[in-house]
Amino acid sequence: MSTTPHSDGWPAGASSPPRRTFDVVVLRQDGPGRESYWERHRVEHEPDMNVISVLQKIAAQARTAEGKPVAPVAWECNCLEEVCGACTMVVNGRVRQACTALVDRLLAERPGEIELRPMSKFPVIRDLVVDRSRMFETLKKIQAWLPVDSYYDMGPGPRQSQESQQLAYTLSKCMTCGCCLEVCPQFLKIELAHKPGETDAAFEARQREAFRRGFLGAFAIAQIDLFNTNPIGQMNAHERLDALIAEGGVQVCGNAQNCVKVCPKQIPLTTSIARAGRAATFHVLRKWFDR
Amino acid sequence: MARRRVVVVGGGLAGLSATMKLAELGLDVDLVSLTPVRRSHSVCAQGGINSVNHLTRQLGDAEWKHFDDTVYGGDFLQHQPPVKEMTEWAPRIIDLMDRLGVTFNRTPEGFRDQRRFGGTLYARTAFAGATTGQQLLYALDEQVRRWEVAGHVRKFEFWDYLGPMLDDHGVCRGCVAQDMVTMEIRALPADALVIASGGCGLVFGRSTMSMACNGSAASRTYQAGVWYANGEFIQVHPTAIPGADKLRLMSESARGEGGRVWVPRRPQDPRPPQQIPEHERYYFLEERYPKYGNLVPRDIATREIFNVCTREGLSVEKDRLCVYLDVSHLPAELLDRKLGGILEIYEKFQGVDPRRTAMKIFPAVHYSMGGLWVDYERSGNGGLRIGSPRNHQTNIARIFAVGECDYQYHGANRLGANSLLSCIFSGLIVGPSVAAAIDAGDDRVAGSAASLAERSVYAHQSRYHALLARDRGSENPYLLHQELGKVMTRAATVVRHNDDLDRAYAEVLELEARAARCALSDTGQWTNQNVVFTRALLDMFPLAKTILKGARARDECRGAHFKPESALPEVTATDPAERLRQAQAWCDRFEANNAQWLKTTIASLSPDGEPQLTYQEVDTSIIPPRPRLYGVVGGELIEKVWNQRQTQREAAVVPG
Repeated sequence: MSTTPHSDGWPAGASSPPRRTFDVVVLRQDGPGRESYWERHRVEHEPDMNVISVLQKIAAQARTAEGKPVAPVAWECNCLEEVCGACTMVVNGRVRQACTALVDRLLAERPGEIELRPMSKFPVIRDLVVDRSRMFETLKKIQAWLPVDSYYDMGPGPRQSQESQQLAYTLSKCMTCGCCLEVCPQFLKIELAHKPGETDAAFEARQREAFRRGFLGAFAIAQIDLFNTNPIGQMNAHERLDALIAEGGVQVCGNAQNCVKVCPKQIPLTTSIARAGRAATFHVLRKWFDR
Repeated sequence: MARRRVVVVGGGLAGLSATMKLAELGLDVDLVSLTPVRRSHSVCAQGGINSVNHLTRQLGDAEWKHFDDTVYGGDFLQHQPPVKEMTEWAPRIIDLMDRLGVTFNRTPEGFRDQRRFGGTLYARTAFAGATTGQQLLYALDEQVRRWEVAGHVRKFEFWDYLGPMLDDHGVCRGCVAQDMVTMEIRALPADALVIASGGCGLVFGRSTMSMACNGSAASRTYQAGVWYANGEFIQVHPTAIPGADKLRLMSESARGEGGRVWVPRRPQDPRPPQQIPEHERYYFLEERYPKYGNLVPRDIATREIFNVCTREGLSVEKDRLCVYLDVSHLPAELLDRKLGGILEIYEKFQGVDPRRTAMKIFPAVHYSMGGLWVDYERSGNGGLRIGSPRNHQTNIARIFAVGECDYQYHGANRLGANSLLSCIFSGLIVGPSVAAAIDAGDDRVAGSAASLAERSVYAHQSRYHALLARDRGSENPYLLHQELGKVMTRAATVVRHNDDLDRAYAEVLELEARAARCALSDTGQWTNQNVVFTRALLDMFPLAKTILKGARARDECRGAHFKPESALPEVTATDPAERLRQAQAWCDRFEANNAQWLKTTIASLSPDGEPQLTYQEVDTSIIPPRPRLYGVVGGELIEKVWNQRQTQREAAVVPG
């Protein structure tokens, strides 16, 4: 780019006094399997900034703190209200959503600079963008849906107590962000590469199989809890329990209890895991007696 | 019969409900979305979803009243049959979502709880905590995942829809899309295309909408020949938290519980708000509307806040428009008990405790009432004939539009908690219409299907490569987007003046010319967000021009479209005879205005990219239009005169 930022008519003043700046160091990676590297950016401080607005500025500037022109840092976001889960990344060493990571608070924690890294438990696509498709594959494995007959009018759903609604709502706020997986010692990164001559379809099938065998993670166990306590979901609860005791099931959990501490929606993940563990035990016994 | 395949663009409430219904009807769906569908903008809806229910029915409510509230709220600009059908379906839609596992709040007896929302007298709104939209979306996302596992749905997430493929007879045969990770451009051949891409808030820079709401899918469909209707109707919410990245809603309940809106009398007073003494504060709503105070109707609050900042220069900050919304004088116990949730949102994003210091708020673009033009078929009872291929089909055969990106249900202004309903309803009913259109149409692609795909992909690849080749341009797309947002926000939101609109149009043309010289800072072929953003920016200009041109042409006030020059004179005289004369004159002007402007704006793009406007009659045959008089000076008298006229008219039609 041949111009400096703000030189094309945007009123951010050449004449106004020099503003306070801060540095942002980003762990970048140009693509899957490539080396990662640190890059330093310098951003002008403004009121009410969050990490999203910092990344927007970095994209507009497209040059490092040293003035070297670079491609904008890639990142994922959508709602910016902490309900969609898209902008999850590691900010100053802590996994969280970038939209609620407020610059002034981060700078108070660590003066002068903010550090951004992609989540480490998922393959990096580029820079801060990671591939979380494994989470959605897991939702398929555990059948995270209600098996209704049809979408025609069949009257209302079952009545529910306020207490069970409250529990279900708490579990149902999970936005598939992946924070609980990032801090889980048992949830390990699965990153496969194309084999020579392998078709996309064959690669995807191999990857699905690897995902299927990996640990479900806290979010999925809480989803099983959600669907198995629903009056309609109870009807095929045994199918979800099968997934719960299969390879990568609840038995893998090492009870580190990190997940519940980082969940941005305060979902009682460890309570769900405990409940799921008991249900899994009964399910195994029942299967054994039914043989 | 061969398998029928449909491409659905967008995975919010409308796109997901369309997908699941199409799958149930036995069609295969390719679902294209900028984000993983579970992260779509529908998650942001907080309030709830409206329907008549068992309880309200016994208090005198009926589907008819929900219908009436919706068309009255929309200032009668929407065709009535689709709205009538939607309000009749509403109770069944809530039941369906309940069966799909939406965690609706419950009463102590275990029934669904409902709350009351604006624009109605009944507690019609079912809700799930403070994230109803998120809960509805998840239930639909789960059903679509079920169909995906069953092999009927393929998801193309992180894919950018580039435009429809039209055969030699102008019939849609699928679309072209680009993988935003690998940058591969591919044809997705299909028997029909459903656009469900949401609103276009990003045309206004920052809004309450999500980053995927850039309007690009609607714009690309519009550029391919689909009409764009009522584009000038944009809903602005009075109170949002201005963030550096987006504007987040602050619920009106803050004012409902006693919050006060003010600005310092000294422009941009540098002191913190709590140190500004009472007599140096300008409580402009309370001073100007002593009767309503801070609880003036939503549109008036929006206009006054806007005016005090723009025309009177009293914004709290110099570089950023905002006023104070102050609840710090209220008892902490009341704040925690009644406003805890919304105050937490402010604290979470602003890092400031609103219990101690005044919040900074400003109106924000919130919803696009206008959108892609779609048809409908009226049934014998004044509703829709479900299963008609015309329902939600655009003027191009086999292109359909549903959800916020269509123009069908909200007229000139949308009622709260009606958007979630219209999205799910339109998604559900488009299923049978798509199936019927495919079954009634010709399977054979005019010209060769293979060459159509090849040609279409080639055209989009050429545009893409031309964009990538612009490494020596002089303009920055991100900064141009901010400028576009400023121009649009200033001229085409809350208060509209013809001179401002003319100036804005010229500025937008200039920005468009500059955007053609955008430089890309990333010319790579892997996850290139820079080129995707720049392309979306280029596609904002046709929509921006259409919004401005529609607003400039429409010399009246209707719903969200407010032009002071065209406002009807209010009844201000004190002499009773003169008052009556003024009220008569008001009603005459109202009728004359409806004769001229109670019409749908229909825009089509000419080859040079200029929007061309025509107007279409609105079907108001079920509920005759009547004046919206809330907050109008002399409204009671006008209403009396109006009712007398209606009675006389009815008597004239049925003598004796």
